[in-house]
Amino acid sequence: MRLHTLPVHRLGELMERKEFSSEELVRNYLEHISRVEDEIKALVTVTEEAALAQARAVDEKRARGEEISPLAGIPMAITDNICTEGVKTTCASRMLYNFVPPYDADAAARLKRAGAVLMGKCSMDEFSIGPAEEKSGFFSARNPFAPEAAPGGPSGGAAAVAAGEAAFTLGSDTAGSLRRPAAFCGVIGFKPTYGRVSRYGLISYASSLDQIGPFTRDMTDLALVLNIICGRDAKDSTSAAVAVPDFNKSLINDVKGLKIGLPKEYLAGAEPGVAARVREAAGKLEELGAVCEEVSMPHTAYALPAHYIISSAEASSNLARYDGVRYGLRVDAGDVLGMFSKTRSRGFGEEVKTLIMLGTYVLGAANYNDYYVKALQARTLVRQDFDRAFEKFDCLITPASPAIAHRKGKETADPLAARLSKTCSVPVNLAGVPALSLPFGMVEGLPVGLQFITRHFGEEILLRVGYTLQQNTDQTRLKPGLAC
Amino acid sequence: MTVSEKDVEQLAFFSRLDLTAEDKAAYTKSLNTILDYLAMLKELDTGAVEPAAHVLPVKNVFREDSLRQGLERELALANAPEVEEGAFVVPRIV
Repeated sequence: MRLHTLPVHRLGELMERKEFSSEELVRNYLEHISRVEDEIKALVTVTEEAALAQARAVDEKRARGEEISPLAGIPMAITDNICTEGVKTTCASRMLYNFVPPYDADAAARLKRAGAVLMGKCSMDEFSIGPAEEKSGFFSARNPFAPEAAPGGPSGGAAAVAAGEAAFTLGSDTAGSLRRPAAFCGVIGFKPTYGRVSRYGLISYASSLDQIGPFTRDMTDLALVLNIICGRDAKDSTSAAVAVPDFNKSLINDVKGLKIGLPKEYLAGAEPGVAARVREAAGKLEELGAVCEEVSMPHTAYALPAHYIISSAEASSNLARYDGVRYGLRVDAGDVLGMFSKTRSRGFGEEVKTLIMLGTYVLGAANYNDYYVKALQARTLVRQDFDRAFEKFDCLITPASPAIAHRKGKETADPLAARLSKTCSVPVNLAGVPALSLPFGMVEGLPVGLQFITRHFGEEILLRVGYTLQQNTDQTRLKPGLAC
Repeated sequence: MTVSEKDVEQLAFFSRLDLTAEDKAAYTKSLNTILDYLAMLKELDTGAVEPAAHVLPVKNVFREDSLRQGLERELALANAPEVEEGAFVVPRIV
């Protein structure tokens, strides 16, 4: 049986019926990983022994007839910027090449408690910022739909799900790193409302924008994972004390009467093929009873520069902690200052250094008002665009990325070009609202992703719309071309 | 050009980064490219708009100031490049 293509809820049912054990499932996944990983490069660490032990523990629990969660015994992987106790967590940076966290991130701990089995850690961009440097032992994942196309951003998490190396994965999203890679790799990516999932144990990039979320194969799996990872955590003071609904109940195959806005600024910047798919999806939703109308979000163009400034400012402060004292790389020098700067110069890659210096510049006394405060004001205007739209609409539909996956290397040549491809994703981080990236067909043999956005803590509507599209079209389940 | 090589030298110092002469030229170029792009924000009329460091109504969260178990010292030190007598070791400062 090709177990590595089945969704979580199917695997759970089959294990419940004793078709196979979790140990057999994990062995099946491990074999599949050894077949495809050389080509996909989605996993920087594979935790074979621990995974088998975890699977056996779930099998024993099941044999004893104990109540177990729908994720029990399911193979998962976690991106390498989310701390996993006793398992190396590097952020794809030479700076943390040997870092073994002494604790689990809250989201990782919740999944472990639910019995999900950690198969390994997913590759990513260095600190989610710039390309991983292959010479330092890290690498970027390949897109399972086409090896020469980039999977997009910190991408191992999306590639692993698309290639069947894990049934679902956990990643983080500061500028779209859950939504763009999902779109490029033909899987589901979900950025919850800021504060919905604890950031405890997520290695910080830009703290007011960072959010943990899952990559999954279908909408039912998404609900199952959200049910486990969402909720208040005393260890993250920004985690929200807002009740978490049972997301399984949001899987409603009905969009009748829902009002869906099509922001024209998002469509105007998209490649024609991508924009056409978005309009087609909107047409399908109308056919199913929703009302779709164009809406204007006039400050969209300012979201990208504002995000650039805010994320660099926060990164320059967050990354100040890497000094060769408490963890990670140390390069010795005669004095403390020399050790700090030698360590940081060797430990960080080029794009990370650029961002740190940019952040230092925009926070400098001479530039603070012109750049940093101006960006925070633009952020207010971007949020107000969303507030106004949600007075009228239940959710918005946009492209998850204005373009399909780029050819490898093309995006990395110019830091600005890489940023410009994030026009559809960054406004969501600035406003802290939740968004779903859902596959919807292909263009030129590469997947296209839709993005649905709604108001703070309104995730249920996104699950409902995504589920309805999944049930009524064959465009949301895409099969990669590589031998996966 | 918004920043000169001299400015970049100072930014590198504030950021605790060492740059070679070659690096300095390259970073000056890329920072200026970025800053030219960011200049588009200047055209945006932000008048009296309230700046938003956070977009959700998050406030300071306080807890009871009671004794609780933290990370074991041994675990806290486990990743350190150099440790002596239960403490992090750094080059001599004073």
